[in-house]
Amino acid sequence: MKITEDEVRYVADLANLKLTEDEVRKFQADLDEILVHMDRLNEIDTSQVEPMSQVLYEAEETATLRPDRERPGLGSQLALANAPLASSGYFKVPEVIKR
Amino acid sequence: MDIDSLTIDQVRDGLRARKFSSVELTTEALRFAAAENSKTNAYITFSEDRALGAARRVDEKLARGEDPGSLGGVPVAVKDVMVTKGVRTTCGSKLLAHYIPPYDATAVERLENAGGIILGKTNCDEFAMGSSNENSAYGPVRNPHALDRVPGGSSGGSAAAVAQGTAVVALGSDTGGSVRQPASFCGVVGVTPTYGRVSRYGLTAFASSLDHIGPLARSVRDAARLLGVVAGRDPLDSTSAEAPVPDYLAHLTGDVKGLKLGLPREYLKDLTSETGALIAKAVDKLKKLGCEVHDISLPATDYAIASYYIIATAEASSNLARYDGVRYTFRSRSSDSLSDMYRNTRGEGFGAECKRRIMLGTYVLSSGYYDAYYLKAQKVRSLIARDFANAFAQVDAIVAPVSPYPAFKIGEKVDDPMSMYLSDIYTITGDLAGIPCMSVPCGKTAGGLPVGMQILARHFDEQRMFRLADAFERASGAN
Repeated sequence: MKITEDEVRYVADLANLKLTEDEVRKFQADLDEILVHMDRLNEIDTSQVEPMSQVLYEAEETATLRPDRERPGLGSQLALANAPLASSGYFKVPEVIKR
Repeated sequence: MDIDSLTIDQVRDGLRARKFSSVELTTEALRFAAAENSKTNAYITFSEDRALGAARRVDEKLARGEDPGSLGGVPVAVKDVMVTKGVRTTCGSKLLAHYIPPYDATAVERLENAGGIILGKTNCDEFAMGSSNENSAYGPVRNPHALDRVPGGSSGGSAAAVAQGTAVVALGSDTGGSVRQPASFCGVVGVTPTYGRVSRYGLTAFASSLDHIGPLARSVRDAARLLGVVAGRDPLDSTSAEAPVPDYLAHLTGDVKGLKLGLPREYLKDLTSETGALIAKAVDKLKKLGCEVHDISLPATDYAIASYYIIATAEASSNLARYDGVRYTFRSRSSDSLSDMYRNTRGEGFGAECKRRIMLGTYVLSSGYYDAYYLKAQKVRSLIARDFANAFAQVDAIVAPVSPYPAFKIGEKVDDPMSMYLSDIYTITGDLAGIPCMSVPCGKTAGGLPVGMQILARHFDEQRMFRLADAFERASGAN
C-alpha cells in the first residue's frame, strides 16, 4: 500500500481541504492505485537527465519583460466586486486573533 | 443560409452581399443555439447582450465600407475557463457559479477585435480537469453524434457546439488533450498550438507549464484562421512567444508530396480494432497524396501518463489554492475561523475530480516525496521532449491516433479515475513537449462514432501541420 487513510487526512490538511470520512476512504483507494502506476517511473534511469520545468523557445534574455510603465489597475471597487464579503474597501474574513 | 453548417467564408460573403446583417445572423445563431442546447447542454451561459453589441459594431463598419475583420460577424463559442468581462465565467465549478470577471482574456479580446461574435460560454470539466465533460457542476455534455455518449473533455462543450452547428468556431483549452480528444470524439478539427503561441492571460490556470488555448472548427481552414487571430506575443503573458505569426491560410496549398511522416509504433498498440483500421486507412490516404511514411519509435511514451499526472496535479494544487473563500464569490456558510473558512469552502466547493487532483498534487510536492515524484517526472518529461526532437530530425511531422477508442457512454468510466487517466496516453505527450498538434476527422465507426487522426509537428511549425491536415481533409471529401 502506497498511502494510508491517515496520510490522506494529513495531505488534505496541507491542501486546506475538508474531506468527509467517505471521501477519505475513496481517495485512499484512488490515490493508491494512481501512485502504484507512478512507480513505473523508477524503471528508467534519469541520472544523466536535466529536469524540464518549462517549454523554452529561442528568445533574448529580456524578451519576457515588458516596459516598466504605469498601467491603470482594476481599482478596489472592481477588485472587490466578486468578494463574498467586503466592506470599506477591504476583503472581510472571520476574526483571526481573538481579543 | 444553413445556420448549422456555416463557414467563416460564408459569413463573410453573406455579409458583403447583404444577404443578412450581422445582427440578423447573430439573432438567428443565438435562437438556434438556445433551442438546441437542451439536446447537448453544450453552453452554460449565453451572452446575448454582448453578442448583439458586437454584431451592431460589425454592421456599422460594413455600412461605412470598412473591413469588419477576419472573423467579422462569425458566431463563436468560448470555453468557460476564459474570462469574459461582465459575462459569468464558471470554469464548470460550483465555486464560481456567480463569478463575473472584471476583465477579458487576451484571446477573447483578440477575437472580438477581429469582428468575432461571442454567443456564449461553453460547458467543460471543472477547471478543465477531465476527459469526458462529466466533471462539470452544470451537468454533463452529450455528444451530438450519440446523445448517450460523452463529447470528450475537457473542452466538451466547445467541441459539441461546433459539431452541432451552434457555433461556427470555438475556443477551447488543452493541458493534456482537452481540445484534441473532444474534437476527435465529436468529429471536428481541434488544434493545440505550440506552447507560448497563444497568450493565456485570462485563461483560468490549471497546470501553467502545460496549458494552451486552441481553436475548434468544422474545417482546417477555419481552425487555421481562428488561430491566426488569437496567436502572437502578449505583454500580459510572459510565456507568450515573440515569434511572428505566419499567414496560415497561405500555407493551405494542398501539396504534401514528399513530406516525411513518422508513425510511432508505441501509439498503435492499444487501439480498438475499428480505431486502428481507420488510422491505417488514413495513413494509406496520406501515402496516396505523396507522403513518405516511416515507422518511428518514441520510447518514453510508456512513462508519459505517470509523468503528466504528477506535473499537472502538482501545478494544479498550487493554482487552485486561490479558491479560498476570500475573493471568488463562494464561501462556506459554516466558517467561524479563518482556517475553517478555507477548508469548508474548498471542501464544499470543489467537485470530486478537482479534490482528487489537489490531493495528488499536494502529496507529490509534500516533504520527502518531491524528489521521488515531481523531480523524477520533470526528468522524464525531458526524455519525452527528446524523443520528439530525435523524431523530428528524421521526419517533418508525426501522425498518430488521438484516443485509443471513440466516445464512450456517459457514466461508463466515471468511477474509475485510473482508466480515465490512461485514455489520455496519445495526447499528453504533445503537451509535455510543448509541440503543436491537432486532431482532424478520419472517419466513423460502424456505429457512427467519429474518430480523429492526430498530427504533431515541430515547435512553431503549425503551418506545415495545417497544410497536411488540409490536404487530408480535401482528400477525405469533408467540407
